[in-house]
Amino acid sequence: MFKHSLQKAQIKSPWLLHYDCGSCNGCDIEVLACLTPVYDIERIGIINVGNPMHADILLVTGTVNPRNKTVLLNLYDQMPQPKVIVAIGSCALSGGIFRQAYNVLGGIDKILPVDVYVPGCPAKPETIIDGVVMALERFSQKKW
Amino acid sequence: MLKTVIPFGPQHPVFPEPIHLTLTVEDEIIKQALPALGFVHRGLETLVDKSDFHQMVQVVERVCGICSMIHAMCYCQAIEEIMAIQVPQRARYLRVIWSELSRIHSHLLWLGLFADSFGFENLFMQFWKIREKVMDIHEATTGNRVIVSVNAVGGVRRDMSSEQLQWIQSQLANVKQEVARLGPTLLEDYTIKKRTVGKGIVSRDKAYELGLVGPTLRASGIAQDVRMLGYAAFNELDFEPVLGTDGDCYARSKVRFQEVFQSIDLIGQAIRKIPGGEVQVTVKGRPEGETVTRVEQPRGELLYYIKADGSKNLDRLRIRTPTFANIPALVTMLPGHWLSDVPVIVLSIDPCISCTER
Repeated sequence: MFKHSLQKAQIKSPWLLHYDCGSCNGCDIEVLACLTPVYDIERIGIINVGNPMHADILLVTGTVNPRNKTVLLNLYDQMPQPKVIVAIGSCALSGGIFRQAYNVLGGIDKILPVDVYVPGCPAKPETIIDGVVMALERFSQKKW
Repeated sequence: MLKTVIPFGPQHPVFPEPIHLTLTVEDEIIKQALPALGFVHRGLETLVDKSDFHQMVQVVERVCGICSMIHAMCYCQAIEEIMAIQVPQRARYLRVIWSELSRIHSHLLWLGLFADSFGFENLFMQFWKIREKVMDIHEATTGNRVIVSVNAVGGVRRDMSSEQLQWIQSQLANVKQEVARLGPTLLEDYTIKKRTVGKGIVSRDKAYELGLVGPTLRASGIAQDVRMLGYAAFNELDFEPVLGTDGDCYARSKVRFQEVFQSIDLIGQAIRKIPGGEVQVTVKGRPEGETVTRVEQPRGELLYYIKADGSKNLDRLRIRTPTFANIPALVTMLPGHWLSDVPVIVLSIDPCISCTER
């Protein structure tokens, strides 16, 4: 009963945590643009939070490198179950244009289990919102 | 009084990007601030071994998503200088238009984030709402919102029709009117002035000594703007650097606010003067030689050093970005202020971490 109502609340009003791994800022400013009046995801109950312990969905942009790997893992471990990861932009998917650079380990899925992949360089706000909505569907499949 | 060390970042709600500060505080007053970087380092300069000098245009665009057009312009100007390519006059004017558009969108973005740093969420939303009009111009003229990818060695990839230029002018007149409406709130509001006036002062001499660049330097009263060198078509346009006097957070926000109007005016001048003709010349051969080029980014002076040895890959690429020059200012600004002023002061230099770390 408790689990059921919690799951319902998460789908109705998911809280996001955004972390910039090794992005060029392009995807980050598009994530921020989603919050502002033209796209305004808050009208459908999505709130951007700064504390990982409050968050249901982790939005990650950019490539993973040895230094930010630990930060990303720390953030993921602090998030409560069930949680969903959305990787945004070409860099987060595969390393993108930087895949051959020496300090790049690759996409986010080398480190964490990614649920939704959002393509684009940079991903457009519409695609990011679409990715978050797809992430909501994943909640019902999650075991915890 | 007991000393406490507080880690600030890398993941922090105020910063869109990861920067870490180790703050030593005594009773909520900061005594020392040490920045730690390297969370976004990709090793982009070494990609010259993997991509040839034409492909590198797309790589340097991704140094920073906010001012990507200006990075590519600086790189292309460097290669054009080595290979002695004459860029068509129309392409020079188009570069001015796109680079000033990215300055407007970067400054509006910063004004919004700055408002957010002192908790004025409404103002943040207002500035970002206006910014979407500039993003629409980007999308209509280039096909992408953020990384516009219009530069190529030897000119620009796309042309603009005269209807498009007229539409840009009418859109920007609209932007100008809406930004002007927010001026009294940002610059005269009592609560905002309480948070910005007298915070993070850098005197004129200190700014010169630290080698600061861009609006951070101009807010301290030194008239230095790389656009005055007259690259692209800036030598044919009429403008003066925007100056502040006090060198505090208020002066820095005022300089950036006025630069939005300056950029709108520059685009207006460029649209009136733009000549017809080609926008790109064919490039033959490979670069050989070395050069240094400088352009003015929204955050300040951007410097590219390029060494080419006549093969298809460049020998060495070195990028010095404005935030790299402005970070020493943070170390001198922060001591003596309250811990709660840290977000405002850090954002006042407009840090772009992905530029700095490349």
